Amino acid sequence: MIVIGLIASAIGIAVALSIDWFPIAGSTQAKKVDTLFDVLLIASVPIFVFVEVVVLFSVWKFRMRPGDELKDGPPIHGNTLLEVVWTAIPAMLLVGLCSYAYVTLRNIEHKPKHEMVVNVTGQQFAWSFTYPAANAGAKPITSTQLYLPKGKSVKFNVRSKDVIHDFWVPEFRIKIDAVPGITTHYRITPSRFGSYPVVCAELCGLGHSTMRQTAHVMAPADFQAWMQRKQAQASKAT
Amino acid sequence: MTARLRAPGLHRGLIGAALGFALAYAIVLPVRAAQGLHPVLDGDAVTIVGLLSAPLGFLFGLGAFDYWFYYLTGRPTRPEDHSGHGARSWKDYFRVNTDHKVIGIQYTVTSFFFLLVGGSLAMLMRAELAQPGMQFVSTDGFNGLFSVHASILIFLFVIPVFAGLANFVLPLMIGAPDMAFPRLNAVSYWMLPIAGLMMMASFLVPGGSFSTGWTAYAPLSTDQPIGQLFFTVGVQFAGASSVATALNFLVTIITMRAPGMSFWRMPLLVWANFSTSLLVVIATPFIAASQFLVLLDRALHFHFFDAAQGGDVLSYQHIFWFYSHPAVYIMMLPGFGIISEIISVKSRKPIFGYRMMAFSLLAIVVLGFTVWAHHMFVSGMQSWIRIPMMITTAIIAVPTGIKVFSWLATLWRGVLHLDTPMLFALGFLTMFVIGGISGVMLAMIPVDIHVSDTYFIVAHIHYVLFGGSLFTIFAGVYYWFPKMTGRMFDERLGKLHFWLTFIFFNLTFGPMHYIGLRGMPRRVADYSQQYAGWNLFISLSAFVVGASTLVFLYNMVSSWRGGPRAEANPWRALTLEWQVSSPPPIFNFDTVPTVVGGPYEYGVPGAVHGVFRKPGEVRPPTPAGGGATQVARE
Repeated sequence: MIVIGLIASAIGIAVALSIDWFPIAGSTQAKKVDTLFDVLLIASVPIFVFVEVVVLFSVWKFRMRPGDELKDGPPIHGNTLLEVVWTAIPAMLLVGLCSYAYVTLRNIEHKPKHEMVVNVTGQQFAWSFTYPAANAGAKPITSTQLYLPKGKSVKFNVRSKDVIHDFWVPEFRIKIDAVPGITTHYRITPSRFGSYPVVCAELCGLGHSTMRQTAHVMAPADFQAWMQRKQAQASKAT
Repeated sequence: MTARLRAPGLHRGLIGAALGFALAYAIVLPVRAAQGLHPVLDGDAVTIVGLLSAPLGFLFGLGAFDYWFYYLTGRPTRPEDHSGHGARSWKDYFRVNTDHKVIGIQYTVTSFFFLLVGGSLAMLMRAELAQPGMQFVSTDGFNGLFSVHASILIFLFVIPVFAGLANFVLPLMIGAPDMAFPRLNAVSYWMLPIAGLMMMASFLVPGGSFSTGWTAYAPLSTDQPIGQLFFTVGVQFAGASSVATALNFLVTIITMRAPGMSFWRMPLLVWANFSTSLLVVIATPFIAASQFLVLLDRALHFHFFDAAQGGDVLSYQHIFWFYSHPAVYIMMLPGFGIISEIISVKSRKPIFGYRMMAFSLLAIVVLGFTVWAHHMFVSGMQSWIRIPMMITTAIIAVPTGIKVFSWLATLWRGVLHLDTPMLFALGFLTMFVIGGISGVMLAMIPVDIHVSDTYFIVAHIHYVLFGGSLFTIFAGVYYWFPKMTGRMFDERLGKLHFWLTFIFFNLTFGPMHYIGLRGMPRRVADYSQQYAGWNLFISLSAFVVGASTLVFLYNMVSSWRGGPRAEANPWRALTLEWQVSSPPPIFNFDTVPTVVGGPYEYGVPGAVHGVFRKPGEVRPPTPAGGGATQVARE
């Protein structure tokens, strides 16, 4: 049974790791989250397989045969050693996983020396993105689509005008609620060119499922050009 | 005619409800006129007061308070003739009845009615979600569907059905003639249909049903059409019912155990309900508070959650989850009790590690109060709180693991009777592990940040509440069906029900893990094209799960009407409820049982749990789970 269990665990882990669970990794943070999830899978599959193997083996081996209708099993009431083992091993495993998760959390929330800031504002049922003015005297730029340069750490300051929303780009792996009255924030570093959905993940009313926009990750030079174009538009408007 | 109208019953209840609603007008109109508010007749204000006064009028009319009313006014109370005990015809189930067995059946049947309601709402949701784009309902209608679905199944099914099963079984198990407070027990039950009908009625009011999810996060919930009130107030009645029953269980368990039934000889179902009742009594007032705050914000503009007026939005979530996380254990621990009974009896072995099983329940009770903010990792609360909450959440997997491993060890070398209750118990064991594992993944903050508010969460809670709680409920209903009705169910239909539910449950909720990780948010009426294939697959599987419930219903109804008569103890169980006839006599025990040993001494030659003879003749006590293999001197 142990051999079957080991083989089944190995197959289970191989299958679990071969599935492409996540969307494209669009930020440097995403890869760390994905690795943590893979480690969790490797730790979980043997536990699941162990329970299933014991249940199936018991059903096959110990099920009542004809003639056993009035038979009882042996009166085993417990086994202290076994109970200590199955308390201690999961506890140690969980301490390990928590520590690793903590390290990952520190890594993905690490504050870099240089970062750009984007102010994100949620309202029913749209996001708006404001880029603070690059130099004194210039006006901040507001956009309905999110534009980000690749490879540069960005800090989002997230606010809400009405109810709670949640600012999420699945490809970046990080989300945070937009809460009326306070400013929440997170950081990511886009690592891949492309356009990704911006999703509201917190139920915010009847238009919740339509609160979708797009994040564009572009080359730093293209981003600068976009900024200057927007800047020119903003100063022309006034 | 007037005598008939004055007698307690449903018709007097309806009159009471009407009078209660009239009272709402009588209160609101003068108050608004005196305050100079315009318009004087305000539908919103009347509804709020009416939602509280009409149900109370109904309960008065029904006769739920008659005894206390007579007592308070100094009139002669009805003598204790126990005329309220027992049910002679089906009509007795529609009256205030103080018999715990009648109340247990009232509870269970009412809850299953709401299971059908909540399940039907899920079918409508899956029909809408079968394809991207909007087909059958509006986006707001869809928000209403999942909100009422969750609220009804949590507050009107899972929580009360466990209270119902325990109401029937628990006094019998501990050798008591009834619950400690039979009249309170009746009031607890009758608040349930009120709460349920209120939530269902919200579909009929202008603006549609409440649509802010069962979590009703402020400030969204403080600024909604009138349907929201039906949740805010409905939860109060469900919660009050829950607290009253929990108090009743606690007092019953502490004071009414049969002679010889020490705490360490109680069946684990009794331990489980003891733990659950502690959780309910401590935690439920918090959700009552959270909804009262919403009510005050909405009706009287208290601005608790209005940031523009200095309100604190996040405090709602802290108060709400301080109840609603323990609530998931309220919805799980009684199921653990049921599984312990069934696995021990059907494996013909003592439960493995009885004391650790009881201690792990208590550990879950204590730890259950320390993890609430793991629902708020992305809420914007102070970031340091996340770390201790991650650790406590992970630790809670240890006592839960002890229970799972002990059940596995109970199976080992047993003589497994693989009938319907046992299949559901084993189905629970295999599915609950998945829910537990995804729970540990969710405790890990970086993973949780990505999958919060996605279908991964939907998958997790359905593996815990459907694969977990509902499987234990089915197991328990099949297991005690002979005792409750005096009839046997159809074993072949029971197995068919199990396999249909087990297979299609997994096909429905398994893929949700995947689409959640891929980025599909929950609580959305529409989704992007890339999830279309899986959603169609999930919807089709969900329809089969829905259909499998019809097999269960047919089995229950037809077996109750015409199934073969059940013997007193068809499972050869040792616990006390099986030592009396099926269904039990009107006062449970003709002679008070004396408990002389543990509840699970299967395989110990000649062991008994309780004996029916006068005290003084009993042999020396043997502790449960103490490794006792001593032969009873019968």
